[in-house]
Amino acid sequence: MSNTAPESRVPRGVRGGAGAWLRRAGGAAGQGRVGVRVFFVGGLISYRALFGWLSPWVFIPSLLVAPVFQILLFVYIGRSAALESDEFYVIGNGLQYASIPCVFAMTNIIAGERFQQTLGSILITPAPRLPLFVGRALPVVLNGFFVAAFGLVVGGLIVGIDVPASAYGPLALVTAVSALSCTGLGLLSAGLGLIVRETAVLSNVIFGILLVCTGANVPLDALPGWLSTAAQGLPFTHGIEAARLLADGAAFGEVARLVGSEGLIGIVYATAGYLLIRVLELHSRKHATLERA
Amino acid sequence: MLRLLWVGWVMHMKMLTRSAFNFWLGIVYPLFFATAAFFMFQSGDDPKPLLYASLGAAVMGIWGATSTAAGAALARERWTGTLELLVTAPAHFALILLPVTIAMATIGIYSMISTLVWGRLVFGIELEVGDPLAFVLAVPATVVSIGALGFLLAVAFVRFRQAWALGNMLEYPVWLVSGFLVPLTLFPDWVRPISWALAPTWGISAIRGAALGGSPYGDIALALSLGAGYTLAGILLLERALRTARVKASLSLS
Repeated sequence: MSNTAPESRVPRGVRGGAGAWLRRAGGAAGQGRVGVRVFFVGGLISYRALFGWLSPWVFIPSLLVAPVFQILLFVYIGRSAALESDEFYVIGNGLQYASIPCVFAMTNIIAGERFQQTLGSILITPAPRLPLFVGRALPVVLNGFFVAAFGLVVGGLIVGIDVPASAYGPLALVTAVSALSCTGLGLLSAGLGLIVRETAVLSNVIFGILLVCTGANVPLDALPGWLSTAAQGLPFTHGIEAARLLADGAAFGEVARLVGSEGLIGIVYATAGYLLIRVLELHSRKHATLERA
Repeated sequence: MLRLLWVGWVMHMKMLTRSAFNFWLGIVYPLFFATAAFFMFQSGDDPKPLLYASLGAAVMGIWGATSTAAGAALARERWTGTLELLVTAPAHFALILLPVTIAMATIGIYSMISTLVWGRLVFGIELEVGDPLAFVLAVPATVVSIGALGFLLAVAFVRFRQAWALGNMLEYPVWLVSGFLVPLTLFPDWVRPISWALAPTWGISAIRGAALGGSPYGDIALALSLGAGYTLAGILLLERALRTARVKASLSLS
């Protein structure tokens, strides 16, 4: 049987040596261009799609009003329990609420495609998977950052917490890193979406775990030992601690390690999520289970 | 009429208990808030607020199960293409919608039971009901009045395509100002009239009164009266909304 691969049609004289190297380099550059295009164009389309369904009638009540009331709920519970300051709950809940846009939107990159019956079409494309999924994560991070920042600012103004102006910049950075970290967890949740049908329940459970375990409302030393140890591996735990220290006047250098840990946790989750998606994608091809979850 | 209400309630209870989203999430989701509140109150020295919070957290699930679902009740019928059929049926549409929202509130009883069991097993919160008869009356009164509030919500949002988001938005505010976890005395004075106008405030007060001692029967009567008021307001609003929808052909919002 003849070899019909493109390489077999290359004249013998130009095989190997500098010609082959140039072709391979050109191919790699082409692949890189495709990856960059998928990352940005895919991310942009995903962003537009996100706000296509996320109309103001959904966005304002769910992502702007609700976090403020979650902050107020826990501020008042905190006052009733006489446990921590208002600032503790504003920062904890303001950041933690980013899990709603981050986890739900990321999980929907799989569940939403399945619902619209486009998941199969996406997974048979030759598009490189890394930019395909990471590109879709970018608007989610930005949205999560905005929602958390809004909650922090408005919740802080309503309750009347005092944060030094020098902390605004570092707080914004911590908020962005926390949103990034939670989006990593969202990518893992998206992977689970290939085998779990009730992804909305899954996302809500993740939200609940983050509500209880990250120190957003319950100080870590008030949790059982095993739970506070487990919390060290969750998004927001280090980000919330760093934000509270910054609001209390700490310099960024003092919290850099916490911010680094927060970012690292996000990268670990994102990597695990990406690998899970790849493994389950291959599994679904082999066993024809893509639509079965 | 009673048969229609009963059959509607039974049908929707069956459907809701078979929905993983409504059933499991209805149980698990409020449990996270209860757990956070239990840890917070447990860290304090006085154990009394823990018992107070335990009952409040248990009832939170009833409103949690109702608010978003009631907001989406009409949109769901719209999606499935049954809204027009129900509106044109000989029975008044209110008699069809009211048992739906009461069934949603009833599902919250699962959450209530699971929260009380969770509090007992994990946090050692022992609940001794002082007046069992009042407790048995207070729970259904709370469910019915919250279901009636859900009915009003469903009707009020009939013109909004994304009504579930508005219902979802009201989950926290009602948890907050109804005094589920926080005594009303902690709020600014201007919040009190809002709390008084909400049936869940009187429902949880009745349940607490029955369990911990108080005047539950007056609170039960107030919760039911407000529930009746919501139902009446809902029917009037519904009449108006349906008349407009017929004139403008806008029921499907398409």
